[in-house]
Amino acid sequence: MTETVLPTRAEKRKFKMDMRALSPFIALIVLIIAGALINPDFLTASNLLNVVTRSAFIAIIAVGATFVIAGGGLDLSVGSMAALTAGVMILTLNNLGGGDVGTLAIGLLAAIALGAACGLANGLIVTFGRIEPFIVTLGTMGIFRSLVIWLAAGGTITMRNFELRELYRPVYFGNIFGIPYPIIAFLVVAAIGALILYRTSFGRHVVALGSNEDVARYSGVPIWRVRTLTYVIQGICVGIAVLVYVPRLGSATPTTGLLWELQAITAVVIGGTALKGGIGRVWGTVVGAVILELVANIMVLSNFVSEFLVGAVQGAIIIIAMLVQRSVHRGR
Amino acid sequence: MKATVLKIAVAAGLMAGVATGAMAQQKNVTIGVSIPAATHGWTGGVVYHAQETAKQLEKGYPGLKVVVKTSPDGAAQANAIDDLMSQKVDALVVLPFNSDELTNPMREVKKRGTFVTIVDRGLKDPSIQDIYVAGNNPEFGRVAGKYFVENLKQGNVVVFRGIPTVIDEERVTNFEKALEGSGVKVIDKQYANWNRDDAFKVMQDYLAKHPKIDAVWASDDDMALGVMEAIRQAKREDIKFVLGGAGMKDMVKKVMDGDKMVPANVSYPPSMISTAMGVTAAQFYTNAPMRGTYTLNAELITKDNAKNHYFPNSPF
Repeated sequence: MTETVLPTRAEKRKFKMDMRALSPFIALIVLIIAGALINPDFLTASNLLNVVTRSAFIAIIAVGATFVIAGGGLDLSVGSMAALTAGVMILTLNNLGGGDVGTLAIGLLAAIALGAACGLANGLIVTFGRIEPFIVTLGTMGIFRSLVIWLAAGGTITMRNFELRELYRPVYFGNIFGIPYPIIAFLVVAAIGALILYRTSFGRHVVALGSNEDVARYSGVPIWRVRTLTYVIQGICVGIAVLVYVPRLGSATPTTGLLWELQAITAVVIGGTALKGGIGRVWGTVVGAVILELVANIMVLSNFVSEFLVGAVQGAIIIIAMLVQRSVHRGR
Repeated sequence: MKATVLKIAVAAGLMAGVATGAMAQQKNVTIGVSIPAATHGWTGGVVYHAQETAKQLEKGYPGLKVVVKTSPDGAAQANAIDDLMSQKVDALVVLPFNSDELTNPMREVKKRGTFVTIVDRGLKDPSIQDIYVAGNNPEFGRVAGKYFVENLKQGNVVVFRGIPTVIDEERVTNFEKALEGSGVKVIDKQYANWNRDDAFKVMQDYLAKHPKIDAVWASDDDMALGVMEAIRQAKREDIKFVLGGAGMKDMVKKVMDGDKMVPANVSYPPSMISTAMGVTAAQFYTNAPMRGTYTLNAELITKDNAKNHYFPNSPF
């Protein structure tokens, strides 16, 4: 009985998912046209490059969030984790004191390692503690945030070595053949993410776990390991995002990364990943992150929205973009 | 049994004797200080200055004890005030998170005869406070506006707003009032939440949108730092200066060093907590009248007076 029912269902869903995968791109195009109509300056290369570069942090973090959410989990701690990682990385660089590439490399490794460690902590508490990820990551969100506030004594953690700051600065502001490094960074992260999620058995295990944990367990998926690893991937992505974030302003403050978790989750959902798990769309996620940043950009560029109403219009645009997506894959 | 009672009575008598002896030599006064925890730069400065001042006052006034408590939110602050009251403080200096929430707890404190000093954010019922020390937000906007009128004379200015609050509203309306009738024009206003990253983004967008910007009122030093990074990236030469505010040490340092992009700053000092603590201590140790409202000036910080506003050890 089950054998005959399951394959047909899977096929139907696959067809729907393809439509779902396309729709964020359509929403993106609609937004770009709207932006161009509102202000001709919108379509200048420098503006578009700025916006896409800016979306890099959220995009990279959201690639990690795609794994966690596709696997049926949730990570609310990413914003605080980014702030803590950035703070520790800068303190490491300041303590080493050098202005050379070697110093920088140690700082970068420290950031990635701390990100991975934070993710591992989240993962282990969720799996071995058997606690809802919402609660666990809400808790670690508070812990990471307080730690960075404590490290900064409420002030700012700033890169002190001027030479190192200048050496590192191009990682955000520099480009290769006109493409800024942060854009390259998030494309590479997304490509690797897509490879892992779609082309490896681990990726299939993540999706299986998210769609039905019991079925996955009976099918021999190592649930605990897979779940923990999704949080570790999330942590590493936060670490990579921090590598691109720190050279921009060279500092971390207690308000760094505030509400990034919501933006990352929104990007994931706009991208077509189901919040309940079982479907992961890495490229959709990246487009989702770009859409979020574009909406904010269009708001500032438009002349007719009062600054008091920006939030309302932004919210409305995101809902409309989702409705457009929905109607697109219904229409076909 | 009787012996124990006797012992206690003797001990109590002895202790009373010691206490009166001490009283004869010096006065014992305890001042409680309740402030927000260091959750952003400015409150970080408040905590630093409160702790420094506590040490100085204890040294300066023999017999004075100052207890500083920080709280992460309004409800926690109400609890912290209860704790302080149970330590029998003679005076309470409070920088409230939220005026509405703390008005009733402070009324209870006042009923017990405690001397009450309120800082920065006034209570709903001003009759509770004996002393009120506050920064001047309308003045903060006015001083900044005046600076633009006098130094820019005419041109296009973009404005960064903070978080939508009364503080922000008072600053911005008075800034615009100060510009009235001058050649300085505000061509854009957006919220950037007193946040560096948000200000960076908004400035990038301003630069894409407006081909000619003469100056920027960032209205806050955190935002000013984000703004300057965006200007540097765009390599735009049209912007003559960026005016921040609140007197963060990095920015005051730039003013001191004569940075062309940062010629001035407007103070909104976190050290106003020190003023409040100083006046409160003086209430107990001098005969001078102290009760009343103290409004601190929002001072224009320029190269000439910058060193009076520079605290290299403060986190802010």
